[in-house]
Amino acid sequence: MQLTNRSKVVSNKVQSGMESMYLPAILKGMMITASHIFKRRPTIRYPEQTRKLSAVYRGLHVLKRDEKGAERCTACGLCALACPAEAITMENAERQKGEESLYREEKYAKVYEINMLRCIFCGLCEEACPKEAIFLTDRIVDTEYEREDFIYGKDKLVEKIDKRIDVSKRQTLEVAEFKKIPGIKHNAVWEGNRIDRKIN
Amino acid sequence: MIAFVIYKFIVCVIVFGLSLAVAAYSTWWERKLSALLQDRVGPNRAGPFGLLQPLADGGKMFFKEEIIPNVSNRFLFVLGPSLFMLTALMTGSVIPWGKSFTTDSGSTYSFQITDINIGVLYLFGVVSIGVYGIMIGGWASNNKYALLGAIRASSQMISYEVAMGISVIALIITSGGTLSLSEIVEQQDAGVANIVWQPLGFLIFFICALAETNRAPFDLPECESELVGGYHTEYSSMKLGLFLFAEYINMFISSAIMAAFYFGGYNFPWAHEFYQWIGLHDGSVWISIIGFGAFFTKICIFISVFMWVRWTLPRFRYDQLMHLGWKILLPLSLLNLAITVVVEYFRGNIHF
Repeated sequence: MQLTNRSKVVSNKVQSGMESMYLPAILKGMMITASHIFKRRPTIRYPEQTRKLSAVYRGLHVLKRDEKGAERCTACGLCALACPAEAITMENAERQKGEESLYREEKYAKVYEINMLRCIFCGLCEEACPKEAIFLTDRIVDTEYEREDFIYGKDKLVEKIDKRIDVSKRQTLEVAEFKKIPGIKHNAVWEGNRIDRKIN
Repeated sequence: MIAFVIYKFIVCVIVFGLSLAVAAYSTWWERKLSALLQDRVGPNRAGPFGLLQPLADGGKMFFKEEIIPNVSNRFLFVLGPSLFMLTALMTGSVIPWGKSFTTDSGSTYSFQITDINIGVLYLFGVVSIGVYGIMIGGWASNNKYALLGAIRASSQMISYEVAMGISVIALIITSGGTLSLSEIVEQQDAGVANIVWQPLGFLIFFICALAETNRAPFDLPECESELVGGYHTEYSSMKLGLFLFAEYINMFISSAIMAAFYFGGYNFPWAHEFYQWIGLHDGSVWISIIGFGAFFTKICIFISVFMWVRWTLPRFRYDQLMHLGWKILLPLSLLNLAITVVVEYFRGNIHF
């Protein structure tokens, strides 16, 4: 008795004389492979050519300085709290007299470390940051031989004074406005220029 | 006498070097062509277009650790790849690489190491010994996969040699009953290439050549998806290199044999008119060199076709292999032989 109509009848047809000679089919197959010689190669030859990354690509982090060159980060710890991979650790310190040009506010991060092997590059730290201090960039994390070398400290994360990193593509006015709204972060939706709270 | 020895020595060195160079660059071309057929780029880092890749590969092979299994038969383990390589290189000695030329002093030099009058027989004898290299190597490894690969190799070679031999008998009848390779090639210089009289024979020979050189779709002796590495599972370093290298030399020599047997060797259409047109007289060294160029071009085309087939067709199952060898190719070659005899009788080449 047939229970369902999903069974398929297997074709077991006998090959015709031409088919059992195989040679026409083999020649056809060889023509197919030969035609691929003239196809365009999709290969990107990496060190010389690089894939074009989006302007908002989420790669290696940067700790920004402000216009005067002082570090923006205040070691509030919101990024570490937001981080789902628990990749971020930091230690804070109080700004001493005479260090006003180095740190923007009274408190600063003495140690700021991101473990690049734990980081999943989700960008939640960037969203959580109230001081516009941490951003993800379109740079790629370098390969290393030792696990320890993947723990990036401030020496690698903070942007150099003379080599500022452009994050204007991701620090647009809309983003800044969006970040000002209290209580909503990544669960908001864009509708034109209007930001609405997502109703759960 | 001394001059003769020196001249033969030079020819030997040239053929030896040529075999090795072509084998080395076959590995490069194999990888490059497979890449082209699969929309990839292929080796392109070592030198322009990756042309130094064979050197890099060879250097890598030399620096790999040499492992000889404790349970193996040490002497035979080393003998296997050596024998395979030896027989592969020996076959090149009877192939006429170019027309012989005459110097001003009147002495004639041929582009052939030795023109023995049983050249075809010699070729088949040496090619048959080739399977001993695989068999000994696979057996001496004391490894199930290696032994299975070796058994497959030997049974495959024996099966396909039958059809190959019969197709060659038909060819010999067509070219007037000579077993000398240079005479077979010269015959095609006077008339047309043997492919015109032996299309079916060529097809059988080509399929058997694929099987004899263990090329896909007949690469059962070393099918990596079933037998790890086949007969060379236990081999490492340059001994593995010898096995792989000898396979490419075999491919080169089979291509040369096919070009010589069926496609006129160093002859090409309207060769005499061409030589007259550029003003070369018979016996000039330039005729030999141009002829060698034509021969080499044909060989390269055949090697490419070998590779093209490899990267198109999937591997045969073992029973399909035997079915094709014994039930299809053998009757076909016998049929071809019968047809050839009848045709040659009416052409007047056979007398009873």
